[in-house]
Amino acid sequence: MSPDAVLRMLVPLAAVVAVPLGLWLVARLSDAVQARFTLSPLTMVFMNLSRNKVRTLLTTLSVTVALFLFCTLGGVLDTLDASIEVGSRSRLVTRNAISLVFPVPFAYRDRIAAVPGVREVGIQNWFGGQDPVNPRNFYAQFAVDERFLRIYRREMDIVEATQPQAARPVPEGVDPRLAGYLEDRTGAIVGRALMTKMGWRLGQRVTVNGTIYPGTWEFTIRAVYAARQRSFGEEVLYFPFDYLDQRGMAGSKQVGIYVIDVDDPARSAAVARAVDALFENSSAATRTESEQAFQAGFVSMYGNVPFVLRVIGLAIVFAILLIAANTMVMSIRERTTEFGVLKTLGFRDGTVFGLVLAEAAVITLGGGVLGALLAKFLIEWSGFNFGGFLPPMSVYWTTVIAGIAISFAVGAVSGLIPAWQASRLRIVDALRRVD
Amino acid sequence: MALPIVYNLRNVAQRPVATLTTALGVSLTVAIFIGALALAAGFRAVLVSTGSEANAIALRKGADSEISSGLSREAVNILRAHPGVAAGPDGRPLATADLVVVTNKERRGQAGSSNLTVRGVDPSGVGVRASVRLVAGRMFEAGADEVIVGHRIAGRFANCGIGDRLRFQQRDFTVVGHFEAGGAAFESEIWGDAAVLGPALDRDNVFQTVTFRMKDPARFEALKRELESDPRLQVQLKRERDFYAEQSETFTALITGLGVFITAIMSVGAIFGAANTMFAAVGARTREIATLLVLGFRPGAVMLSFVIESILIALAGGVLGCLLALPINGITTSTTNFSSFSELAFAFRVTPDALVAGMGFAFAMGLLGGFFPALRAARQPLAAALRGG
Repeated sequence: MSPDAVLRMLVPLAAVVAVPLGLWLVARLSDAVQARFTLSPLTMVFMNLSRNKVRTLLTTLSVTVALFLFCTLGGVLDTLDASIEVGSRSRLVTRNAISLVFPVPFAYRDRIAAVPGVREVGIQNWFGGQDPVNPRNFYAQFAVDERFLRIYRREMDIVEATQPQAARPVPEGVDPRLAGYLEDRTGAIVGRALMTKMGWRLGQRVTVNGTIYPGTWEFTIRAVYAARQRSFGEEVLYFPFDYLDQRGMAGSKQVGIYVIDVDDPARSAAVARAVDALFENSSAATRTESEQAFQAGFVSMYGNVPFVLRVIGLAIVFAILLIAANTMVMSIRERTTEFGVLKTLGFRDGTVFGLVLAEAAVITLGGGVLGALLAKFLIEWSGFNFGGFLPPMSVYWTTVIAGIAISFAVGAVSGLIPAWQASRLRIVDALRRVD
Repeated sequence: MALPIVYNLRNVAQRPVATLTTALGVSLTVAIFIGALALAAGFRAVLVSTGSEANAIALRKGADSEISSGLSREAVNILRAHPGVAAGPDGRPLATADLVVVTNKERRGQAGSSNLTVRGVDPSGVGVRASVRLVAGRMFEAGADEVIVGHRIAGRFANCGIGDRLRFQQRDFTVVGHFEAGGAAFESEIWGDAAVLGPALDRDNVFQTVTFRMKDPARFEALKRELESDPRLQVQLKRERDFYAEQSETFTALITGLGVFITAIMSVGAIFGAANTMFAAVGARTREIATLLVLGFRPGAVMLSFVIESILIALAGGVLGCLLALPINGITTSTTNFSSFSELAFAFRVTPDALVAGMGFAFAMGLLGGFFPALRAARQPLAAALRGG
């Protein structure tokens, strides 16, 4: 196991241990402070919180749950964001101008390669196969050429590979460990996470049913890659384009998309225009855009989903507000007499106001921090990836911090009314009231 | 003896603020639950209504969607001439060989583009889809560079107004009409003559699917066996309704899964909220409950009474949640259908089933939230409860 994976497992474990430990410490601390009768305002807040432990716990947990959900939904938006960031600005994608479903002629490859500023042109072709055992077990397969592997060498780290039969030189720039893959027409490079998910081993033969290219296709796993960048994803099967071409399209060499590596990222827009200008009046006009814009196109296909998630997120915040406010109102009402006593002892209205507000804030902040961190670590640890449609889910720190800030704000708002009520309480009314 | 429900109702009325906030927490959860179900139901309804029970659709073997299918002209001709195909009033077979392609078109009124399905149909076979009806303009003419646009997308994409020109590859097509199709997915498509669109889109002599009216829908299974075993065809035959229903499965499963995930977690929060309220209610009435027990009410009856009270509050929240969710019924939204890879517009559908499910959900939240407070109420140590307070 790599140190990174160990770390990823340790962090949630540490959180699980640290949080109860922290709570226990706070409880002991407040007991110790109580024992010395040093009634600082903060001690009073903690004493008040510990007088009805079940209620404090339930409220804190509801806030935890709400923040967990809020950050999870935020994580979906973050993941959509991250899927755009896979795309580098220095790479371009050329596809048929009508739509992605239409191929681009193979003859375009050399013409694109001749455009000034283009370093390399790779082929990537969607295969769209199904797992024969369970068609719902979706994962992506792409037919790619050697140049594609060269362009993406920075993203794909070959972690395991079979030995080649004969020692033949590997094309320059391609990972030498891919020698075994390159000599096998039906070889495949498979992502590490996909290997685990399907329970495959290196060297195994795997079967895929073609939907676009009919038939049963068999591949031998010759190499396993790990993603250097989390958002690149590890759930793809790559196989040689030549095999697809010979068996699936009778040698007609129809290419799905071309991936272009550009010399100078600053000039990539000009290169894209130059490529499209080449084919503007031909039978297959092209559309070339940065890899990032290409990915963004997929994200925009989700339509209103991000908006819906934001609405739900707001509804959840509102729901926690209600729960927290309800608890505070109940808790203050029960302690009316007590506030009368405090005021008799000389506590000012402002102090009482602050005490109640702080109580609400401690509950929501505590629950919020717990929920937000839980979402961050639990979700990233689980590696959930929407059945392969998106890169593994991530929750950005900005989302975690936004969630915590929101929970704090919610605490303050939910405490306002009860705090105001408590501070405006007249001593006579408070002490006269019998419950 | 059981405690009367009026006792609970009066108790609830005693604490209006706490009751209301708890009910609101439940209602938001229920509303989101119903909303997710409505989204999935709306999407599914569009695709299910797309297919007709009397029609069959032929795709290439192994293809799981229209765009991944492909049929040669030879196969199309064999299918059209098959005796199992019903004839139209003019005596010609009621069948259409469709050319289905996805094109990328600019949106109207906002930046960006999205995928749209363009369907080249057989002008003589438009009758196969009985639900298609023009709402504006006229039908495209056979052999002309004309298209008609589904009314759901006409307003969402640029150059889709009547008289506008839409460009496919090197050729301009004139939009001559807008059509509806009884809520079907066709309403999110652009239709034209396959004989004209094919060459324009570089798709000569290849079609995606053949859809035809069956002479005898009851004989579907026999027809399926016969056509699928014909070595010249290499097709799979499906009832049109089943085919489109299958196309909705990925998205429906995704939305339902997401909805269940979100509401399951939210419901935990709502249950905690309900438990809080009920614990407070039990705490405030310690002496009263002890009195009831002393009077001879069984602990079970007291417990039941408090559970009922919690359920009442949650059910009120459930009703409120249903009311909150109702206005989304009919709102149109759109998403990409992963099966066709192109945009599909649809309306939320709040079904009675979803409302019932929402109320059941509220009931469960009330039951779970009230259980432990009720248990505490029933297990009060009597002497201490009567003395204290």
